[in-house]
Amino acid sequence: MEKKNAHIILKTKDLSIGYVSKKEQTIVASNIDIELQKGELIGLIGGNGIGKSTLLRTLSNVQKPLQGSIIINEKDITKFDPIELAKVMSLVLTEVVPSKNLSVFELVALGRYPYTNWVGNLTNEDIDKVNQALNLTNILELKHKNCFELSDGQLQKVMIARALAQDTDIIILDEPTTHLDMYHKAYILKLLQKLTKETGKTILFSSHEIDLTIQLCDTVIVMTKDEVVSDQPCNLISKGTFNNLFPKDLIEFDEQTGTFRVKKQ
Amino acid sequence: MYIPLSDVFKSLLGSTSVQDSWLYIIQDYRIPKALTAILVGSGLGISGLLMQTLFRNPLAGPFVLGISSGASLGVALVILGSSFFGGAFASIIMTTWGIVIAASLGSFLVLLSVLVVSVKIRDTMAILIIGLMFASITAAIVSVLSYFGSAEQLRQYVFWGFGSLGNLSWYELLIFFSIYAFGIIFGLASVKSLNTLLLGENYAKSLGLNIKKSRLIIIIATSLLAGTITAFAGPIAFIGLAIPHITRQLFNTSNHKILLPAVFLFGAIIMLICDSIAQLPNSDYTLPINAITSLIGAPVVIWLLVRKRKMVF
Repeated sequence: MEKKNAHIILKTKDLSIGYVSKKEQTIVASNIDIELQKGELIGLIGGNGIGKSTLLRTLSNVQKPLQGSIIINEKDITKFDPIELAKVMSLVLTEVVPSKNLSVFELVALGRYPYTNWVGNLTNEDIDKVNQALNLTNILELKHKNCFELSDGQLQKVMIARALAQDTDIIILDEPTTHLDMYHKAYILKLLQKLTKETGKTILFSSHEIDLTIQLCDTVIVMTKDEVVSDQPCNLISKGTFNNLFPKDLIEFDEQTGTFRVKKQ
Repeated sequence: MYIPLSDVFKSLLGSTSVQDSWLYIIQDYRIPKALTAILVGSGLGISGLLMQTLFRNPLAGPFVLGISSGASLGVALVILGSSFFGGAFASIIMTTWGIVIAASLGSFLVLLSVLVVSVKIRDTMAILIIGLMFASITAAIVSVLSYFGSAEQLRQYVFWGFGSLGNLSWYELLIFFSIYAFGIIFGLASVKSLNTLLLGENYAKSLGLNIKKSRLIIIIATSLLAGTITAFAGPIAFIGLAIPHITRQLFNTSNHKILLPAVFLFGAIIMLICDSIAQLPNSDYTLPINAITSLIGAPVVIWLLVRKRKMVF
């Protein structure tokens, strides 16, 4: 807790997440108390089906928490109206954009939705913000290409640029590195790190790239069956948190290299 | 009826040197008919575009989703079922207004049911099949009604089903236009939400779009347009589905700021062309407009499916 004076942009209090179906509620995780500091890159890791997406969906107000509260800039998330929230938090989702017959510029410009008039006309300020976003993500030369012409890696950069154009304090990304090759995985996460440094935004992403996450993030949130822990990666390694991430029969965590290895039988 | 082109222009300019009967045909029949064609083509094109974007499905349209069949059911209930109501009430609901309200209500109810189902089922193909099922149900009810209907009522209903751009008086055209205008205004007011919906509903929501409200506005626009058009001109096939695709292919964009006006124009132009063909120039025959739109529309749909690998939506 040495960072107590730093600016906390989002925190959760005694949060329980999960689903409510007709009669019963399924609790995915509970007692989540996390704090996101301004300007940090935060990685969220955990095994398949542990509830990473559910947590991100709850934090971004797509689904309601079962219990507890989420506070953004000292204001409860339920007190935000949709446009207000869209000016504080932007998302990059795993789902494929259904219509790719838009130019890169047009798609990124849709990020300006909360700021434009009823027709969606862009002011000079909006155009500047879009160009800035394209510039920060190094895709200025793709500006006039159509989205269906892009590779997966390029498309992911476009979606990140769209989130940047939305001009929010927080960006949440759900598994931004899936479908990408090793180089582009590192490229995207490195880009996110650069963005936190250059723009002071808080970026939270979920990932299965544990080694990259440990290397690049300021804070890592680890979700296991029993608890949700959030700390600096080096502290988590020395506490041995990563050992509890997966069943222990096949792989083990190597504290020296910060990676998982297949166990020698 | 053949009228020399020079006389057509003269009558439009208000010259008195033209035969009275020609003047009457042009001013009270052909001009309203051309205006109806413009309203029908642009309105159906736009409602098709709204549906395709809302359902994120290139095969959606007022016809496929059963909106037209909903309107048909409403009209069938009025024309074929009026004998059940009997007497003075029947003569009230048999007016133009009665048919318009029945068609709009029918299309609105079907669209609403499709939408309720679509909220629960995310698979868009399932939504289309459900739309087709609604069409079958309405067709079945219409069959039952026809079985009990009189020959005169049946004839009236079948003629309505052929579709017709003529027969509208200036007064009826005014009613048509005022409801149509509301539909178009709602459609144009949705331009920003339509573009946002191109990203999918979750992204749209994250951008602060009020999904429920925008959806409702889009549905109202579509049902007003498809409902009144079907009421006044009959169930015109394929225009609603084909026009947005033709426009997208030509302009190569999904941006609704370009698509909405372009679809409006293309719809009007293509409907006028269909009407000219149906009129069989220089002859006394007029073909049912529905046959012509299908003859043009169906090959377009086939062409799109054959090209599907390259189809961008």
